[in-house]
Order: sequence, then C-alpha cells, then structure tokens
Amino acid sequence: MSTEDLRYHPRVPVLWWTRKPSYFVFVMRELSSLFIAWLVLYLLLFVRAVGRGDAAYADFLAWATSPWLVVLNAVAFAFLVLHTITWFSLTPQAMVIDLGGRRVPPAVIIGAQYAALAVVSVLVYWLVTR
Amino acid sequence: MSQSIRLRVARYRPDKDTEPGWQEYDVPLREEWTVLDGLNHVKNEVDTTLSFRWSCRMGICGSCGMNVGGEPRLTCATFLSDYAPGPVDVAPLSNFPVVRDLVVDITDFMEKLPRVKPWLIRDEEQPVDEGEYLQSPEELDAYKQFSMCINCMLCYAACPVYGLEPEFIGPAAIALAERYDLDSRDHGTRQRLDVLIEQEGVYGCTFVGECTRVCPKHVDPAAAIQRYKLKAAQESVKMFLLPRALRR
Amino acid sequence: MKLRVEPFLWLAFSGGGVMAAVILPVLAFLFGLAFPLGWLDPPDHEHLAAVVGHPITFLVLFGANVLMLIHAAHRFRYTLYDGLQVKHRFLVGAVCYGGALLGAFLALHMLGSAT
Repeated sequence: MSTEDLRYHPRVPVLWWTRKPSYFVFVMRELSSLFIAWLVLYLLLFVRAVGRGDAAYADFLAWATSPWLVVLNAVAFAFLVLHTITWFSLTPQAMVIDLGGRRVPPAVIIGAQYAALAVVSVLVYWLVTR
Repeated sequence: MSQSIRLRVARYRPDKDTEPGWQEYDVPLREEWTVLDGLNHVKNEVDTTLSFRWSCRMGICGSCGMNVGGEPRLTCATFLSDYAPGPVDVAPLSNFPVVRDLVVDITDFMEKLPRVKPWLIRDEEQPVDEGEYLQSPEELDAYKQFSMCINCMLCYAACPVYGLEPEFIGPAAIALAERYDLDSRDHGTRQRLDVLIEQEGVYGCTFVGECTRVCPKHVDPAAAIQRYKLKAAQESVKMFLLPRALRR
Repeated sequence: MKLRVEPFLWLAFSGGGVMAAVILPVLAFLFGLAFPLGWLDPPDHEHLAAVVGHPITFLVLFGANVLMLIHAAHRFRYTLYDGLQVKHRFLVGAVCYGGALLGAFLALHMLGSAT
C-alpha cells in the first residue's frame, strides 16, 4: 500500500456560514447569546438603580434614552425575538411529549409555548404597571 | 438538435492536480433525465475519465450523493430540468477527503457507524426454539422512521460541525443509535449512551438542523440527537442524585 | 454510565433558553424600549421598589438570570469554537463559563442590594 496520501482534503473556510441562508440564520441565532447576556446585565443595572432610590431611578431612565443605548437595546430585542421564534420552533424536534398514549403534534407544542409567552408577558406587565 | 444543459463538474486527478478544478460538459436536457443520467452520458459518450459512484438509480443504495448546486443531493433523485437553463454545478460531497473527481473517501463514516452498536442488544438472549421476538405495529412505528436511513452521508456533507470537528460521530450514526434504542426488542440504551455522552457524541452538535433538511428519506437525525441529549441529561441527573442502590 | 459535566451544562443551557424565550422578551421590551422611549408611562419608583424588593421577585429574577447567563455562555462558546474556529477548547470554555460565573455573583449583589 502506498504511504503517500493523494486525497484532496477540503478545508472549511472561516466564513463558511455566509455560503447558505440557513447557515447564516443559524449563526445569527447563536449570536443572540451575546445580546441575551447584555439584556441580563442591563436589567440587573435597572434593578440596582431602583434599589438605590428615587433619584437613581430617574437618572437611569434618563441614561436609558441615550441614542446608542436605545439602538443597542433595539438590536438586542430583535436578536431576542429571533431566539424566541427559533427556540419555540425547534422544541418539538427535541422533545416527544406523550399524552394518553398519543404523541402531541408539533403544532400544539409550538402553540402552547406562545401561549405561555403571552401569559407570562401579561403577568409581568400587570405586576410592573399596576 | 434538442435542448442541452451545461454541467460544471468538479475534477480532481490525484496524479496530476493539487486541488480540484472545474470542467464543463454539455448534456441533453430531457425531462426525465436526472443529474446522474447526465453524468452517465458524459462518461459513456464524452469523457471516459470522469469518476463517480452510483448503483441503484432509484434512491435506495445511497451511493450517488454529491453536491448539486451547492446542496447535498442524491443525483439519481435530482432532475436536470429543475436547474434549467443551467449551468448545474456538480461537486463531491463536502467534509470528506476527495479520492478522485466526484468520489469521496468514506472510511471515517464506515468506522463511526459500528461505534453506536447498531444491532439488537439483549440482556438475555431468548433460546431459538422459543421463537422470534414479537413486536406490535405500534412498537414498529416507534422506530420505523429512524430505520429508513440509506447511509448516503448527505447529512454529514450538510453538517458544519462534522466539517469543523471531524471527531464528531455525526447525524446518521446517532439516528441509527436512536433507531435501536426505540426498538422494543432492544436493551442496549445504556451501552450506546456511554458512547454518545462524550463531547464527540451528541454534545458536539449545535442543532443547525441541516442534516434533517437534506435527508432524502426524512429520517430527522437532528431530532434523534436532541432527544439523546435529553436522555443523557436525565440519566446523568438520576445518577447524580440517587444512591447507587436505587439506580435503574 | 459515565458521569460527565456536559449533560448538566446542556440542561442549564436549555433552562436558560426557555427563560430567555418566555420571560425576557416582555422585560426587555418594557425596560429597554417602552419606558425609556415614553411609549408607556414608567411606573413610579415606590411601586417598582416594592416589586423588586419582594423576596419572590428576587428568587425568580436571580434564578432566571443565572440560567440565562449560562445559556449565553454555553452558546457563545460554540459560536467561538465552530463559527469562528477558535480552537482553544479550554480557553474558550474558561472565558465563557467564567463570564457567566462572574455575572452570577454580580446578579446576587445587584438583586440583593435592591431587596
């Protein structure tokens, strides 16, 4: 047997994810992680400001209107929406739920998640603005 | 002369080339012709040096997988007319070493398949004179879809994780493991989990989902992998929380 | 079966993914956009202080935030590793999970200070 390797070994380019729309959406979905981390940090700062009293809270709200922060939060929110949609739509593949010996159809699992999102959103909104 | 369509075919001649190049051939564009028919026309009528694999021409043997127009496809199930007016790019499957032209080296895949123990594992073998292991239609349905895999490796060609991390055991092998796990006659789940719980088992997967999208047999390897992650996690939690005596 | 850390990380990643998909959108929308931009009137300080000062709010926010940070760390680890082909497995893991751990301490401190 010959010891020389004559096979051609393809290499994956660093920008492999720009080659197909589905790869691109995948990498964008993965990048949502950075924006989720930012939103967590932002909310923590918000809570700290509330804890520090009336003046700190007013200062924070004023700071939060600065254009770069609004743009950052808007972009982060868009990535978060991408995360939510993709997360919900992939759940039925990752989980098989049996109810009464019958497999729950994917559309029902997806619908239930959106229902949960709606309930939690209304609850939080009510709690915050009541 | 009837209509024709241009094939742009990736050529790699190991004795001459250091990397693949493109060669163009015009083939007749007939409604009932697949990409494989086009390649066979080239091989028979135009250029006998072109190398590619094929066998059954009916989407069963899994040997004619190639990248057609940048997507992994069975060339016997992909029609030339869908790419009219052309040209149609035909390249070897991605993520595998190229032996020659459109032929890739599948040694790695063949070595990975048996690692997940894709056969019935029994705690206790039943003596032959007690007859066969019976199974109800519902029990067959539980794993049937995962048994449809024809080992065409399109899912490996579509998987960026396999391309970047060749140690990853890959979509088809994990789907096959799930096929045996879901089989009511099988008791081998734990043995397979031992193989798949590693980083190069299921946890290397980032759920791109392309394996499922390109599968010509609708096997859904991505689902198999995520369910394995869940299964491995549940077993790990149990193992962590329960004392040795209570396990199982 | 062997005991590995990866399944536990994946469980936390999944839990955090659910939190980020279900709880975070309304919080990000209200506090990041709607209140600062005046689309909705911001709640007065007294009410908000009472809400964030409640022990249940603390528990929910702390749990959700830590899970979401692990989620982000886990996902970004793979983004670096596969997407950008940064092949230093240990270093990438240390930076990502280390960041999440730091964030968890930060969360404990900041949420605790408001309680």
